Amino acid sequence: MAKVTIPIGPQHPALKEPACFTITLSGEQITEVDMRLGYNHRGVEKACEERTYLQDIYLLERVCGICSHAHSSAFVQAVEEIAALEVPKRGLYIRTIIGELERIHSHLLWLGVAGHEIGFDTLLMYSWRDREVVMELLARISGNRVNYAMNTFGGVRRDLTPDLCAEILAAVDILEERTKYYIGVVMEEVTLIQRLSGVGYLSHEDAVARGAVGPTGRASEIASDTRKDDPYAAYPYLDFHTVTDNHCDVYGRALVRVGELMQTYKILRQLVQELPDGPIVVKAPRKIPAGEALSRYEAPRGEDVYYVKANGTDKPERVKVRAPTLANLASVAKMMENNYLADVPIILAAIDPCFSCTDRMIETLNMDSRAGRLTDFRQLRQFSINWYKKRGLDFTALNKKLILKQDS
Amino acid sequence: MATSLFYILVFPGILFLGLFSLALEFFDRKFHARMQNRKGPPWFQPLADFIKLSAKEGIIPEEANATLFRLMPLLALTAATVSFFYIPLWSTRALYSFDGDLIVVIYLLTIPTLAFFLAGWVSASLYSMLGAVRALTQLFAYEVPLFMAVLSPAILAGSWSLSEIAAFFNDKPLFIIFNVPGFLISLIALLGKLEKVPFDIPEAETEIVGGSFTEYSGRYLAFFRMAVDIEMLVGASLVAALFLPIGLDLHPVAGFIVYILKVLFVVALLSVLRTIFARIRIDQMIRFCWIYLAPLSLIQILIAFIVKGLFLQ
Repeated sequence: MAKVTIPIGPQHPALKEPACFTITLSGEQITEVDMRLGYNHRGVEKACEERTYLQDIYLLERVCGICSHAHSSAFVQAVEEIAALEVPKRGLYIRTIIGELERIHSHLLWLGVAGHEIGFDTLLMYSWRDREVVMELLARISGNRVNYAMNTFGGVRRDLTPDLCAEILAAVDILEERTKYYIGVVMEEVTLIQRLSGVGYLSHEDAVARGAVGPTGRASEIASDTRKDDPYAAYPYLDFHTVTDNHCDVYGRALVRVGELMQTYKILRQLVQELPDGPIVVKAPRKIPAGEALSRYEAPRGEDVYYVKANGTDKPERVKVRAPTLANLASVAKMMENNYLADVPIILAAIDPCFSCTDRMIETLNMDSRAGRLTDFRQLRQFSINWYKKRGLDFTALNKKLILKQDS
Repeated sequence: MATSLFYILVFPGILFLGLFSLALEFFDRKFHARMQNRKGPPWFQPLADFIKLSAKEGIIPEEANATLFRLMPLLALTAATVSFFYIPLWSTRALYSFDGDLIVVIYLLTIPTLAFFLAGWVSASLYSMLGAVRALTQLFAYEVPLFMAVLSPAILAGSWSLSEIAAFFNDKPLFIIFNVPGFLISLIALLGKLEKVPFDIPEAETEIVGGSFTEYSGRYLAFFRMAVDIEMLVGASLVAALFLPIGLDLHPVAGFIVYILKVLFVVALLSVLRTIFARIRIDQMIRFCWIYLAPLSLIQILIAFIVKGLFLQ
């Protein structure tokens, strides 16, 4: 068969969000990969500058549907650093508990998605059924299944009762037992191992050069974990270790994730048992003093980085979000080299991509010349004015009329 | 003439075949769902799917060859249906039989796969084309082991007629045990033929959208799905007739119930297999079929010859 170029995306069953991977095949083997992102740009950073800090928490929690707590925590930490707020220890512990519960539900979700991508739907059904345990628990604690709305400047918004603590411990017991079963499945299931091992190889050197983060990096023996390297929230007081693996392939990434689940259960038990007494929140000022801060947070998919610049008003001057997927996408092209078309979905899924969290810009592409063009905000505004003018609608004139009317 | 028409159109012909294959699809889906801890569809779901799909608009891509595009579902359906008439179901006698009908049944069962290939090829879509090529590649992997596996009962019985093979095993039921490897091989090959996990490579949803059927919609798709269902029923019946020829001389009603149970047993085995495995890659599939399945089927033939030489001379 001659060379064929097939598009995976922008709409494709393997992708949960729009992104486009143009893959050149020779038979079934991949010879070239071209990536295009930007279908999901939502202008979150610009929107942040036009809202107050408190409204920004609400907005940033919706950057990602899975690791929502990671994004709001990273933002809140940065603002707390600028405002020099001392968060009470109980608040930090509760924040960490939610973060770790979120990691459980994210990793279990990933396990199911990975199973689905290689046609192992039974694994998807099982792991998502067990994921309900942690989802129900999160709903009991925060009232919500995904956007928990637990964070606020200076602490958290809801307290944990002793009853809830007991429920967390009971749920952790169930989940630990189920995770041990999944470890058994990953270690023993023949077709699963055949489909995962050796696929999407990313050597340690390549991973370092391309800046892989999170489980993707840790499966290539990069022992980096923000919870260890730059401890935040309650992590300085906890005993756990970073899970790494030397397989460097998709199989290694699966092992790292199930291994991390076991560490998470250990962390949760410590957190709940050593939960300190006291207030959960301190009062935060409405206007944040001028300053800037960079905050790092270990989201389930890797390191989440937030940069916040304050100018003394109640609105931030600049908020920069770097989602972990952006750091890992550079490795994807390398991982796909010399693999089969059948492996494309699982290689992509193995970095646990979240394209809507990642997209920060749009590049328009001329379909004939394939030349890219960036449009800034002013140009876009002018384009839209002209577009409407051509169709007989002049908003500038209408605006002027409106202003004249208001003045008279 | 009237009885022949009744046989062909109603029982055990097209009407029975259609309804029973839909029931089998329901059984397969429900059983699969229960094993996955899901609730599964209600009993009328396959029929409802068929009716609803038939009522929908069938869209034919502009660049596709419209005649072939329309013809392929019918070809697949017809071939699968015709092959059913030569298989002995609940007695040692099939509806029609002649010496050599085993070859004809196997040949007719290959036609749906070729129809899938052509359907994908004329669809003028990249995903369809890849699915078509995969379907054909896969055919070369499982077809030879399947042929050799069904050969062994024929060698033992000394006949190419399915009805005569069934009659032979009905007389000497103990010889079934020598065909156990062949039974397993034909089950695995049947998974490949029906494009089910772990061999659903030609229609791997997450890779090539819908494979050959990507561009199909409306009643064309409904007929294709019907053809796959009937292929499953015919395949299961064939395996049951060749490798589980028991209860063939019972009273017709009891024999009929035994036949239904045998088919359900084979389909249940297929469901279990597709529940516990992940989809493998096309290269792994071909390697598996030629390294393990083909030698195993050769051994099966060898066993058949030895057994024939020792006990049947």
